[in-house]
Amino acid sequence: MTDQSHAEAAAHAGEDHPSNRVYLGVAGILAVLTALEVMVFYVEALSPVLVPILMVMMIGKFALVVMYFMHLKDDPGILTGLFTGALTVATAIVIAMMALYERFVI
Amino acid sequence: MSQASAAAADADVGSYGTSNRKMVMWAFIGSECMFFASLISAYVVYMGQSQTGPYPADLLSVPFITVTTFVLLMSSLTMVLALSAVQRGDRKMGRIWLFMTPFLGAVFLVGQVIEFTHFWHEGLTLSQNLFGTTFYILTGFHGAHVTVAAIWMFSIWWLHLKGDITEENAETVEIAGLYWHFVDIVWIVLFTVIYLMMDV
Repeated sequence: MTDQSHAEAAAHAGEDHPSNRVYLGVAGILAVLTALEVMVFYVEALSPVLVPILMVMMIGKFALVVMYFMHLKDDPGILTGLFTGALTVATAIVIAMMALYERFVI
Repeated sequence: MSQASAAAADADVGSYGTSNRKMVMWAFIGSECMFFASLISAYVVYMGQSQTGPYPADLLSVPFITVTTFVLLMSSLTMVLALSAVQRGDRKMGRIWLFMTPFLGAVFLVGQVIEFTHFWHEGLTLSQNLFGTTFYILTGFHGAHVTVAAIWMFSIWWLHLKGDITEENAETVEIAGLYWHFVDIVWIVLFTVIYLMMDV
């Protein structure tokens, strides 16, 4: 077995994944963002900009889980391509349906 | 890593330099994204279109769902801690985190059952109005996914207890974990769209 294939095998075993300290930090950020989302929901003065604020925080939480907990940040680009390609189609479905029925929430 | 385990890992490496099983799981997750996108778009299109009550603002409880959301988010943390422990060969912590993950998922599901039962008693049935139909279909399908993921994780925990899952085949845990995190990211979207945007 070559050194390169050993390196690949090690990568497969997940030895390049973040440390537990990073995982705890990400979980903390997720908890704080969730608390902020709920807080924004209850603040009357923010209601005109409620949707954009919530969308930004939602996308942030989504990206944190995908990048750190699902390890897409460190995995080969082909996996990122597979996921983002499908996610783009999924987002297009939602936007197309909202456009078709003229029901834009944003 | 031993020669045997490295060879086993190598045997599963496809031409794209990553595990075939992992790639299939990511492709499946991609298809699931599109599935949930169609359900979410139906919910969004029919938001505020119900002709009769009960309406979202009459029933949805943000404090209650925030607690269950927090529980599901933390189950993603226990999932990565479980994977990390299994990869390190830490059997004790692996056993604990592998159990905690589906347990927290089960707590989330109990919350969903409580919520559904309450809504049903308040008159929101599947055919009562557009909100009832789209809400139950969307959150029900998510709940079904959490149920499948929890059964899968309890199975992994059992296999780990028996010694069939070790650091040598930790990828089995990683793949189950990808599905677990997927149900979590779907809920991140549903929590915002259904509960926090209910008055939009």
